[in-house]
Order: sequence, then C-alpha cells, then structure tokens
Amino acid sequence: MALILELAVQGAQMMLVLLLAPLLTGFVRKVKARLLRRQGPSLIQPYRDLLRLMRKEVVLADNASWLFRVTPYLIFAATWVAAALIPTFATGLTFSWTADLIAIVALLGSARFFLALAGMDVGTSFGGIGSSREVMIASLAEPAMLLIVFSLALVAGATQLSTVAAFMGSPQVGLRVSLGMSLIALVMVAVAENARIPVDNPSTHLELTMVHEAMILEYSGRHLAMIEFAAFLKLLLYVSLISCVFLPWGLAGVEAGPKSFALGAVAYLGKLALCGILLAVFETAIAKMRVFRVPDFLGAALMLALLGTLLLFVSRSL
Amino acid sequence: MISGAAVLLWGVAALLGTAVLAIASSHGSGSGTRLIYSLTLGISAAVLLVLASRVADDPVTPSTAELPLGLPWIGAHFRLDALSTFFLVVVNFGGGMASLYGLGYGRHESAPHRVLPFFPAFLAGMNLVVLADDAFTFLLSWEFMSLASWALVMAHHREQDNARAGYIYLVMASFGTLALLLAFGLLAGPSGNYTFEAMRAAASAPLVAAFVLALMLLGAGSKAGLVPLHIWLPLAHPAAPSHVSALMSGVMTKVAIYGFIRVIFDLLGEPAWWSGVVVLFLGGLTAVLGILYALMEKDLKRLLAYSTIENVGVIFVSLGLALAFKANAMPSAAALALTAALFHVLNHSFFKSLLFFGAGAVLTATGERDMEKLGGLIHRMPLTSFAFLVGCVAISALPPFNGFVSEWLAFQAVLQSPDLPQWGLKVMVPAVGGLLALSAALAAACFVKAFGITFLGRPRSAAVELAHEVDRYSLAAMFTLAALCLLAGIVPGLVIDGLSAVTLPLLGSRMPVQMAEPWLSIVPIAASRSSYNGLLVFLFIAVSGSFAAFVIHRFASHALRRGPAWGCGFPDVTPAAQYTSISFAQPIRRVFGAFAFRAREKVEVPAPGETGPARLTVEIHDVIWETFYLPIGRAIDFATDHLNHLQFLTIRRYLTLVFLFLIVLLLVLALWP
Amino acid sequence: MNGLTFDIAHLLAGGLVLVSFMMLYQDRLFALINVFALHAIVLALSVAWQAYIQDAHHLYVTAAIALIFKAIIIPVGLHRIIQRLGIHRDIETAVGIGPTMLAGIGLVTLSMVLMLRVTPDADPLAREDLAFALSIILLGLLVMVTRRNAVSQVVGFMSLENGLVLAATGAKGMPLVVEISVAFSILIAFIVIGVFLFRIRERFDSVDVGALDDYRGEHR
Repeated sequence: MALILELAVQGAQMMLVLLLAPLLTGFVRKVKARLLRRQGPSLIQPYRDLLRLMRKEVVLADNASWLFRVTPYLIFAATWVAAALIPTFATGLTFSWTADLIAIVALLGSARFFLALAGMDVGTSFGGIGSSREVMIASLAEPAMLLIVFSLALVAGATQLSTVAAFMGSPQVGLRVSLGMSLIALVMVAVAENARIPVDNPSTHLELTMVHEAMILEYSGRHLAMIEFAAFLKLLLYVSLISCVFLPWGLAGVEAGPKSFALGAVAYLGKLALCGILLAVFETAIAKMRVFRVPDFLGAALMLALLGTLLLFVSRSL
Repeated sequence: MISGAAVLLWGVAALLGTAVLAIASSHGSGSGTRLIYSLTLGISAAVLLVLASRVADDPVTPSTAELPLGLPWIGAHFRLDALSTFFLVVVNFGGGMASLYGLGYGRHESAPHRVLPFFPAFLAGMNLVVLADDAFTFLLSWEFMSLASWALVMAHHREQDNARAGYIYLVMASFGTLALLLAFGLLAGPSGNYTFEAMRAAASAPLVAAFVLALMLLGAGSKAGLVPLHIWLPLAHPAAPSHVSALMSGVMTKVAIYGFIRVIFDLLGEPAWWSGVVVLFLGGLTAVLGILYALMEKDLKRLLAYSTIENVGVIFVSLGLALAFKANAMPSAAALALTAALFHVLNHSFFKSLLFFGAGAVLTATGERDMEKLGGLIHRMPLTSFAFLVGCVAISALPPFNGFVSEWLAFQAVLQSPDLPQWGLKVMVPAVGGLLALSAALAAACFVKAFGITFLGRPRSAAVELAHEVDRYSLAAMFTLAALCLLAGIVPGLVIDGLSAVTLPLLGSRMPVQMAEPWLSIVPIAASRSSYNGLLVFLFIAVSGSFAAFVIHRFASHALRRGPAWGCGFPDVTPAAQYTSISFAQPIRRVFGAFAFRAREKVEVPAPGETGPARLTVEIHDVIWETFYLPIGRAIDFATDHLNHLQFLTIRRYLTLVFLFLIVLLLVLALWP
Repeated sequence: MNGLTFDIAHLLAGGLVLVSFMMLYQDRLFALINVFALHAIVLALSVAWQAYIQDAHHLYVTAAIALIFKAIIIPVGLHRIIQRLGIHRDIETAVGIGPTMLAGIGLVTLSMVLMLRVTPDADPLAREDLAFALSIILLGLLVMVTRRNAVSQVVGFMSLENGLVLAATGAKGMPLVVEISVAFSILIAFIVIGVFLFRIRERFDSVDVGALDDYRGEHR
C-alpha cells in the first residue's frame, strides 16, 4: 500500500512537471510583455502552440535520416526524466536516488548531444552554425555546472538532490560566500542553457545571432512540438533546481502526509512565479550579447564556481 | 595441477606459433588471412575462458610459473594475480575483438604479409608484459610489444608520413624503455635482485622513490601518451591498419597503465603525498590538451588517437587521486579512485576499439580518413553508423552508457578529497576536478563533430556516394562492443564488484558490494550521499520516450511530406556549403585556441570592386612540439655537428679520451661519500 | 558573537571579493566605474555592519566616508572625466578576460593559503576575512596591471584601498584619524591623477599609458 502511494506521488511529480512546464514559459512571456507595456499572449498560449504543432503535417528535408526523426523523442524523454528527478514539492521520492545531481546534468548533456547531431543531419549551414555554437556554449557551461555541484556537495556532504535540499532547508547551513558564488554561477549557467537573453534569444530568427533556433530550423509539426516541449521542461528544470537548492522552504519531507504535500505544492508554485518574474525582469533589462562575448560570460560563471569550490576546499580544514 | 599462469603461457606460445605460421603462409592468399585471424580469435577466447574460470574460482591468490629462459641465473618469472588478471581480460578481449574484425577487414589489406605475422606477435607481447614477474622479462616483453607494434605501424611504409610516424615512434619507444630500465635498476637497488617479489619486499628511500616515480611517468607515460610525451601517439596509432590502431589505442596504452600501476602501487610501497599532485597535474593537463587537439583534427583516425590521450589523462587523474588517498591512509577513498581508474580502463578499451573499427569501416567503404571528404554515410552505412553513434555517446560520458559511470566514480572520488590534509592537494584537486569536467564537455563536442561531419549531412565527395555497408565480421565486432558499452553502463555494479579483487591486495580496501543494492544501483559510500542507477535511467528514458511516441502517434497528425531543406531562399546549395570539421571547431578554437595553440586567424578581404576571393587563414601551432621537441632536436643537431670531428682522431687521442674517462669515474668513486 | 552576525560579516567580505571579480570582468569604462561604485557600497555596508557588531561608532563615519566619497562623488567625477575625454567607448584590456580571471583565482587561492597558514590560532572566520581583504588588495593590483587606460588604473588603485579598509575594520584596530587620512590621500591621489590625465591627454591625445612609454623611447 505504502509502495503504491509512493509511486503515486512520484507519478504526480512527473505529471506535474509536464503540466506546469508550458505554463511557466507562458508566464515568463506574459510578464516580459507587460514589462514592455505590451498586452502579450495569453498564459496558455504555449499549450495552444503545442496542440497546433501536433496537428500540423511534418515537412521533412529530403536528406533527413532516421536519427533526425528519433531525436525529438529522445530529447523529450531525457529532459523529462531529468526534470522529474528534481524535487519540486517534496524530497525523498521513491526514485529520487536513481540519479544524483551529476547524473541529472549528464542527462541534459545527452539531450544536447542528440540535439546538436540533429542540427547537423540535414546538411545546411544553419544547422552547423547552431550545433557548433551550442557545443561551444556547453563546453563551458557543463564544467561550470559540475563545479557548482561540487560546491553544493561539499556544503551538504552529498550529491543527492534530496539530501542537499533537506540540508539547505535546515538551520545548520549559514550564509556562505561560496554558496552565493554558486548561486550566481548557477543563474548564469541556467540562462545560457535555456538559450535566454543575453546568451541567445528564443524569439529571434536572425541568422547571425541564433543558436538554439538554428539547430531546430528544419523541424516542423509534431517533431517541433516535442522539441519545444523539451525546451519548456528544461526551463522548468532549472527553475526547480534553483528553488529546491536555494529556496528550500516548504518542501515536504520524506514521510510527509497529504497536507504537507499540498503546502509544498503551493510553495512550489510561489517559487516558480517568483523566479519567472525575476527572469523576465532580467531579460528585459539586459541586451543580447555577441556570440563571442558568451565565452566571457560563461567563463565568468566557470571561474565563480571554481572559486566557490576552492574556498570551500580551503576553508574545510579550519 | 597446472597453475593459471602456466596455462596462459601456453596461450602465449600458441600466439607465437601463429606468428610463425603466418610468416610461412601469408603471401597474399585470402585463406591465410582467415586462418590467422581465426586462430588468434580462438586463442584469445580460450585465454578469456581460463581467466573467467579463475575469476569465478579465486581471483586473489596469485599463481606463478617459471621458465628457464632469459638470463641464466635468474630465469623468467611469471605471475598471475588479480591486477594482471584484469589487464589480461582487457588485452585478450581487445585482441579477440580485433581478430574478429580482422576476419573481415583483413581481406582488404594490400600487404597482408606485413601485417599477419606481427599481429599475433603483438598480442603475445602484450600478454607477456602483463604476466611478467621480474624486471628482465618485463622489459624484454615490453620491447617485444613495442617492436611488434612498430612493425605494424610500418605496414604501409610507402604511404606519406608513415615512415616519419614510425621513426618518431621508435625513438620515443626506445626512450621509454630506457626510462623503465633505469626505474627497475633503482628498484632492484644495490643487491640487484630483479624479481618483483624482492622489489616488493625491499623498501625504497624517499629520494629513490621519487626518481622511480619520475622514470615511470617517463617510461609508462610515454607509451600511454601522457602530455608532453604523447607526440608519437597521434602519428603512429592511425598509421597502422584500423584493427591494429584499435589494439594500440584501446589495449596497448592500457598495458602501459598496467606497468605504472604495477610499479607505483604494488612494488614501490607507500607513496609520498606530492606524488599524487604530480600525477593529478599531468593527468588533468593531458585530458584537456588531448581533447583540444582532437577537436582541431580533421582526420578521423587521428582524432580518435588524440581522444585516446584524453582518456589516458582521465585515467591518470583517478590514479593520482588514488595515490593521494593512499599516501594519507584513506584506503576506502583510494579504493574508489582506483576502481574509477580501472573501470575507465575497461570502458575505454571497449569504446575506443569500437570507434576505431568504425573508422576502419569508413576507410574500407570510402577510402577516406579525411572528414572533410565524408558526410552522409548514415544513409549508406546505417549499421556501422549506429554502432559508431553508440561509441560516440559512450566516450562522451553520457548516461546511460559506460563512459559516464567511470567518470561519475571519478567525480565521487574528487568529492572525497577535502579531507586531505595537504595544501597542495587541497588546491590541486578541485582545479583538476574542473579540468575533468571541462574535458568531458569538450569530448562531447568532439564526438558531435566526429559523428556529425562523418555520418550526417550530405556527401562531400564522390567516394561517399558509392560506399556500401561493411562485412558481417566487422559488424559483429562492432555490435558486440556496442552492446558491452550499454551493458557496462546499466549494470556497473557487476564490474565494480569484480574490481574489488584488484583493489583489495593493492590498497587493503575495496568499494562496498554493489550487486546487493536494490534495483542494481551503485552507491559508492552511502545512499544519502550519492547514487546512480544506470538501469533505471535507461528504463525511464526508454519508457518515457515510448510513451511520448505512443501519445504522438495516437493523437497527433501522421502527415509527413518530404521537401527540400530550407536554404534561406538560395536554391540548390552545394554540399560544400555545409559546416566542415574545421568550421565546426571554430568557436571552440576561438575560445581555447589562443592559449592552447597560439591560434591566429587572418582574414583577407579584397578591396571593394576587386573580384579576387576573400581568404581566411588559420595558423595553429603545436606548442608542445615547438617548445619541447624542436629545441631538443636542434640541440642534438648542434652536438652532432660539433662532435663530428671526434670521428677523425688518432688512436693516441682516442686512448687519451678513454683514459681520462676512466680517471673521472675513479675520481667519482673516490669522492663518493 | 553568534553565528548569524558573523555569517553576515563574512558574506559581505566575500561579496567584496566577488565585486572585485566583477571589476576584472568589465572591459568598458562606464561599467567598470559602476562596479566600483558597487564595490564601495558593499564596503560601506560591511564597515557599517562591523560598527554595529563591534559597537564602535567611529566606524559608522568610516562607512559614511566610503559611501559618500567612493560610491558617489568619485564615480560621478570619473564619469564626467570620461565623458570630457571622450573615451567612453574604449575597450581596453591589455590581457584577455579569461587569463585575467584565472590569475585572479590564483591570487585568491594564494592569499587564502597564505593567511590561513600564518594565522593558525586566530578565530576561523576572522582569518578568512583577512584572507578576503588580502585577495581584494591583490585583485586591485591585478586590475591596475592588466589595464592600459589610466582611468581604470585609478579605479584599480581605489579598490585596492577598499581592501585595506576592510582589513583594518575587521581587525578592530584602525583609528578614525588614520582612516580619514587614508581616505583623503586617496581623494588627493584621485585629483592628482585626474589632473595628470588631462595633461597626458593634452600632450598625447590619448590616455593610454602606453603612449608614455613611446615618449620615453621604450617599446612595448
């Protein structure tokens, strides 16, 4: 019986991220539009977009291989699994030990690997430009992310996200400089990974600046829907990650009842809204960078994360 | 009963016999090729069976054998313990797979009489190195292995650059053997007892231990491809036939690592803490530089060879961690780090062999190694490309494949290190952890490039249009390896538990038993700290992917139309407009190149109105070649120029020289404290 | 002293190091000066917090000096200078950002290792604060070394001085007089350098200090 309940909670988490992901993107778009004094699309526009894309026919380039058709599902699956492994409203879910934070980062790496390959499959220069820039960004963002994981693991003594979240919620964690550095670095990495301004602009199709959109230029119909959905999920994943590690309040514990689950869910929605508003404000306030400024931006994130880790390593012996 | 070691010696003898048979029979006939590779395949399989029975029975207790060969009063000692069992599995599995692949690939060989005799000899040499239990046998087998592989590198000696590759390889191999000779000399000490047994019993003074470490890093490191001793590797490995390249990259570098582990962890006794710093530094440097070089490469096989250097760096990082933990009496952490290193040894032998086989298949089908002339092969060679893709994902350390597991274990070992007391290690370890992460991310970039440029896109040359899928043997070898990459990724506990027999005698500790964990997770320390479950990750991805596909196919539109790719209103673009390997690496070259290669880009745009073409010139320097090797070469040239007249002295002068040298030596002896 | 007050002091000191890193990252003059203003604000907060927890009222004056002079007057003055010189579009780093940041990390590590080794008996977080102060000083020097432009060298120099103030307040030692004199000497240095800037500019039409080398007949 307990097992069934646990599985139900786990399933609820999986469905929750699936349902909330487009909403978060819609919310960010809406807030951004309002900040620019525009009316903006409705909150549920991303759901409508997905449904519309699914009803459309797929136009496949002559040269597209089987890899091109399989990739959307692979990307979607890997991102979904990764997003579902991050505590949203409760820690210590049944399968939370399946993958620790390092493995979650690597899962996103798998998704990106296939996306970059799909960009090169058709053999146009756009796909190539997107893929080559994407791997350049990833080659800096991934080490930065892993160093952030190192800092968190050194503070909390674990790479298991549930343990980290529980530790960060407990009073024994003080204000630490290295945690501040990790937070800033994590935000920078999240911005880059989700192709947001200033690294990439998700709403442009200007050839010389686009990265993510260039890779998926040849996708259409249901395939594009899967990839868009994966992008929504990835944004939700990073927001959940930041909120579960740095805003761990309200997370339901290991053996919690329905009441604390409900509380956790409400707190989660609040955190999503907060992060969404902050993201929109940030994106409105800042301009897009040239592509070759991005390495500096991510290099700074990498250095911050390294500095945080070094500080922790050195001060551990005090 | 015959001991395990003796049985394996029969295997070696059989391999040598095959080599002799090959000399006799291998003049160009297809049946000779098939016979030799079938024999090596059979022998490797038999050896693997013997080893398997030993693992199942009792892997820890060493079994020894002695042959009345070699130096008269020493004889040749052989020993089979857990460490050598593990490496013998790697060697013979790699050998078996290469033989299986060779059954098909060897038919296209233009000069079989230059390959067939040396292939079994090379395998025998590697087996002997791992079995050797005294310095003389070890060095002799090492040299035998080097020479056999050199002969294989020179198989196509008339091709451009191969002679140079062979020459540099020979010089570096001799240099490495010299370093090893000196290391063993120091280990043997004044008593001059060359058996490993005696070396293990004798304790070395700290200074001697330091010299031994340095010499082992030179000797084994040059064979394994440690920066800055790697320069021969990307020249020699690709020059050999592809299945031999796979053996050299996937297996021979591992034999070098075996030598390093055998001496440093087994024979040398307690390490000093700074030895960990040195090995970590070299490992981190090797990993990042290796993969950066690979990214700049447009020759598929050389790209793979450079990536071997990266993986050797990753292994040395784990070994350095293990040394640091061992020096600080943290045996369980040391066991974790050593397990990570050995796991990566196994993984790398799987996926690097697979990738070299794939490159060989491409070479057979198209005659091209240059990626700029390939492309679109996924349509022509679907099976090869699938296996190659698996290898690419695995080597990029992506879950749920095996490369990720060993990398994950290495990261877990890094996270153990804040408890180390020394400042040098405290600062070094997180920095090297960052380098490890950087090299993993760059590896993913590199293999996106390797697969994307070679197999995806549109054909860049006519040769690709005529390509066909390769033969069944090659495919069987590739798919076996691909399956193992997945298997080792989803049930890593099996491998980790197997490796505990290796770490236990060397470090006195082992990782916790993994196969008893629920759902086959791996848990290095405690479930609340970290855990990873490849099986569930694989299942989850499979289930949610199929779920998504099911929903889409049930509810979404099925309409599908083929049409031309969107060319921005520019119809009928040529395949030359695709991204090439050089242009793919351009962003990364801009980020890292200035510091790693002193890369410069020069753009010449003709003045407005002129019709001449615009040119982009990229200038890349091999910094290590220019800063280390060219000066040495120049110094040797200088010295030989100036010592030349020594050849034309009178006998009296020669005698004077000999006499003076004798006096100097006597003086040294007299003044020695 | 309980944990939280100390944590906040620590966080502010660490924040100062972080802002120093942001200064290394900026390659435009306006951004650099804005970050410097932020540096001064964080310093003022940190000093004020020290004043509060040490109950030392004169430190409030120090904080106020930092806030008024370094966070408002000097940045505004520098903005004006830059506009009058017309160099606000200059991008000027002698060394690339990546290597500079790496060097910065090396310096922070160095100062951590050094400080923690020479003061083994002191209170742990105070030791780390000292280490932070030393890193800020070294990072200020690094800014001065890696920039060509005289204005950004001034900024580097002043951030170096912020590090000194942080060390002094953390150590509960520096009397107000010293602090005021330091602040005024900085101000005077600022004025002198400002005057110099205009002289250089008149003479060479550039504030790139490389021009001075040419004048002395040296070659970079």
